[in-house]
Amino acid sequence: MKDKAGRVVKVSGPLVVAENIPQAKMFEMVYVSDKKLFGEIIEIKGNKASIQVYEDTSGIGPGEPVYSTGLPLSVELGPGLIGSIYDGVQRPLDELRKEYGDFISRGAYKPALNRKKEWLFEPVVRKGTTVKAGNVVGKVQETPVIMHKIIVPSGIEGEIISIIEKKKVTVEDVVARVKTTEGTKEIKLFQKWPVRIGRPVLKRLPPVDPLITGQRVIDAFFPIARGGTACVPGPFGSGKTVVQHQLAKWSDADIIIFIGCGERGNEMTDVLMEFPELKDPRTGRPLMERTVLIANTSNMPVAAREASVFTGITIGEYYRDMGYNVALMADSTSRWAEAMREMSGRLEEMPGEEGYPAYLASRIASFYERAGRVFILGSGKEATLSVIGAVSPPGGDLSDPVVQATLRTVRVFWSLDAQLAYARHFPSIHWLRSYSLYVDMLSDFYKKEMGEEWIEIRQEAMRTLRREAELQEMVRLIGIDALSSKDRLIMETARSIREDFLQQNAFMDADTYTSLKKQYRMMKLIHLFNKLAAHALDKNVELDKILSLPVRVEISRAKFIPEKELKKFDVIEEKISSLFNVLVKEVENG
Amino acid sequence: MAKEYVTTREIAGPLLIVDHIEGAKYNEIVQIKAVDGSIKNGQVLEVDGDRALIQVFEGTAGLNLGGTRVKFLGKGVEVGLSPSILGRIFNGSGVPIDGSSAIIPEKRMDINGNPLNPYARNYPLEFIQTGISAIDGLNTLVRGQKLPIFSGSGLPHAQIAAQIARQAKVLGKEEKFAVVFVAMGITFEEANYFMEDFKKTGALERSVMFLNLANDPVIERIATPRFGLTVAEYLAFDLGMHVLVILTDMTNYCEALREISAARKEVPGRRGYPGYMYTDLATMYERAGRIKEKKGSITQIPILTMPEDDKTHPIADLTGYITEGQMFLSRNLFQQAIYPPIDVLPSLSRLKDKGIGKGKTREDHADVLNQLFAAYARGREVRELAIVLGESALTKTDLIFVRFADEFEQKFVKQGEYENRSIEETLDIGWRLLSMFPVGELKRIRPEYIEKYLSRYTTSSEGDTKNAD
Ligand SMILES: Nc1ncnc2c1ncn2[C@@H]1O[C@H](COP(=O)(O)OP(=O)(O)OP(=O)(O)O)[C@@H](O)[C@H]1O
Ligand SMILES: [Mg+2]
Repeated sequence: MKDKAGRVVKVSGPLVVAENIPQAKMFEMVYVSDKKLFGEIIEIKGNKASIQVYEDTSGIGPGEPVYSTGLPLSVELGPGLIGSIYDGVQRPLDELRKEYGDFISRGAYKPALNRKKEWLFEPVVRKGTTVKAGNVVGKVQETPVIMHKIIVPSGIEGEIISIIEKKKVTVEDVVARVKTTEGTKEIKLFQKWPVRIGRPVLKRLPPVDPLITGQRVIDAFFPIARGGTACVPGPFGSGKTVVQHQLAKWSDADIIIFIGCGERGNEMTDVLMEFPELKDPRTGRPLMERTVLIANTSNMPVAAREASVFTGITIGEYYRDMGYNVALMADSTSRWAEAMREMSGRLEEMPGEEGYPAYLASRIASFYERAGRVFILGSGKEATLSVIGAVSPPGGDLSDPVVQATLRTVRVFWSLDAQLAYARHFPSIHWLRSYSLYVDMLSDFYKKEMGEEWIEIRQEAMRTLRREAELQEMVRLIGIDALSSKDRLIMETARSIREDFLQQNAFMDADTYTSLKKQYRMMKLIHLFNKLAAHALDKNVELDKILSLPVRVEISRAKFIPEKELKKFDVIEEKISSLFNVLVKEVENG
Repeated sequence: MAKEYVTTREIAGPLLIVDHIEGAKYNEIVQIKAVDGSIKNGQVLEVDGDRALIQVFEGTAGLNLGGTRVKFLGKGVEVGLSPSILGRIFNGSGVPIDGSSAIIPEKRMDINGNPLNPYARNYPLEFIQTGISAIDGLNTLVRGQKLPIFSGSGLPHAQIAAQIARQAKVLGKEEKFAVVFVAMGITFEEANYFMEDFKKTGALERSVMFLNLANDPVIERIATPRFGLTVAEYLAFDLGMHVLVILTDMTNYCEALREISAARKEVPGRRGYPGYMYTDLATMYERAGRIKEKKGSITQIPILTMPEDDKTHPIADLTGYITEGQMFLSRNLFQQAIYPPIDVLPSLSRLKDKGIGKGKTREDHADVLNQLFAAYARGREVRELAIVLGESALTKTDLIFVRFADEFEQKFVKQGEYENRSIEETLDIGWRLLSMFPVGELKRIRPEYIEKYLSRYTTSSEGDTKNAD
């Protein structure tokens, strides 16, 4: 082993420089010192290679060996991913705890996929079938809701010369053999894939359907498409994590990948405690049965944080390649960018803006580029991978390079606003600053699903909110008395849209998730009230009379109407209509 | 015996560069002997070939190129631990300064610790009653939380922290608890205030103090909180105690960090603070928490004085990005002689939701909290409007909101430094204040609670008379 080793020459935090690593390759995995600290080559100059080390390098010094592996940094892909919690380089945190205790000691290692666990494999092709990368050879029921398809790994093409019958196997057992031009290849339940390379697809397609999130401000105003990209920038405490958790809980994806990237440990615990208890509204099964967690919290090694987003997205692509709709959340991509900045600084690269490396924007772009709606290899079926990243700019300042680089590539911008959060308006997604470039693409879906009228109601609501901002400006200058009744009605309607529709309490069972149907009914109540109120004003009904109608309380409580009792909306609508009838009649009859 | 090197090649600020060394390791500690025989301690920041870059905790004053002797000790900075550490006082480098003898350690731990496995964490949800209404009522602290005080120079953050340390308890439980107090660059007077207070209340026997004062070496501050937190981990997770850690003042810590970074000529981040400050702070703040199947807990109250009261300053900003909320002190309230001058609007305890309610505090807590918050926010808004437009521009309801805001500050927020209010008292004061509104305005409170609680407070005319029943 010794002769195959290079030698450490420099240690600077997570950066180790070594010389004479035999056949060093970029992004190759290496082990530093006999403590076997795990690292990756990120720069090669002459006979020197720079290594980012995924563990604490205290006590490491020049002269210690560096062992090459010849392999790029990869993840294990196979049954057992769902329900797991991994660190940034896919070490299973639950297994590590069992073996090494509550604190993560250096050199700790356990394979990502349990080697002993048995899975019931069921073949779906027969001996003699010709297969190539992406074809499914068998399946395993990974969780009650996820059928894990065993796909032919990249680079294998040929005839199946043997395949086992339905039986229990471990991930390492060979389930099929394929005769290829380069000899016989084995297929197991799991395969490996280098994290920095996107998994290939047959064809990329533009998105057409929304990812329904159950979050009213998102679904109604700033929807994200399946296979789309979105970002959530905001200052501390503005609600980025809650938004991401809400999407992880309620969006109608088949698989959720949640990456806690350089954030709080307790937030991961929160997910670990809640998700097994919460039920997916579509399947009725615990959310954990469709979720993979990556937790490289802020106190864990910074280089592994850099890798965590790639680990996560590679797992996401793998499930996409089985034909699933996958949604990935990364909280927070700023911490990932900071990890890049730290490594870049130690490499003494030319700094760009705010000390970030010059390649910041291209790295961010290529990460989000791995999202998409695609035809997958093999069956050619449609599948999607949606990516939502939180961004944590210093002081909430949107001119931050990470925010700016992100905005150049993502298509949805949920702008969290400090003032709204401060006033406890949650989610604090600012309705005038945020946007979704998918709105037009998705309008066919919404028309079909909610009716033509929805598009109009939605646009009118938006207009009302914009008009409110102008009117508020006027009120500030000349006082509310200067407004006409009509304008005051607009202000009241806008307030109703904000408080009774946009505000949504993530921690209240009745409010945390709203179906599209209910969103439509809620919005329609506000719309109807406004329409009849405007009509009544025309008929000279006093505004104060309108505003003191007790039915307004019912509109404000409509968010708590259970999904199963949407009929109650009919009752309120009728009540609104008849109340206005009475008001108008009163005036007409003098 | 480790070899001594006299090959110091460069001294720059707090840094030392030593050449021709063999076998130096990253992060190991070194002992530095100056020509006058005095000893300093340092730590290896980088090793490059046969050259080591060393940060000197006591500063480099008195060191020269020829006569400085550097010895590499082959281990990281460690702290010796045993139960008898309780009641002891150390300097910022972990050396006892209370006149008693050194600890005979049962165990030594590296002060950098290892990262806590997120899977090992237990979620903090036990309500801590601090006896301070502005905290218990609106920004509830829970065991294992990290909740900083965002203060400014001259504001009474020390009194508040001491009051919390004095009064904090978990209801219905008698458990072993301890205080770890870490001073970084604060004045003797302030440190002494804590010490006297702990002495007076008998808390000193249950506390461990690490003191790096204003005239102590600046770079030592990088290590001081890590000593404290390592002791806290020992007390919490080896001895099963509930530990409250007070870290003051984080601003001085960050300045020490900046000094090192500048001396290393690193690309500076915002306002000259290093780009890795987030991670550096996180490795300390994240040491708060609870562990599954373990009894103890670490609750952290870091204190930071925001330069120019600016919360977008990197120290406050990065802290806010790591901690689980924050308590803001307001100069304005302070000037009105309101103690504690906690501005409840920008303050937030992110973990409060899981720590309050039936069986924890009281069933109506969440609703009362939301209503008080909303009413006070509106009251403040209207009060400001009144300043611009005059009171005559306000409606009758608006006037009630203004009165509410004033009384909320005077009766709810304001309390004595030694006044220890139970959570019931806090909620009762809240209800009494809310009773000035017509019931229709109390939209955030469930009707059943209004029925159950409000009637107890509506008959008396003045807020501070006893419950009328
Ligand atoms: N939809 C919501 N409903 C109710 N409360 C919310 C909602 N969103 C956010 N909050 C409140 O705001 C607090 C902060 O939210 P969150 O932790 O998501 O902020 P963040 O933007 O992720 O902050 P940081 O950048 O510091 O991680 C939460 O603890 C909660 O009290
Ligand atoms: Mg967050």
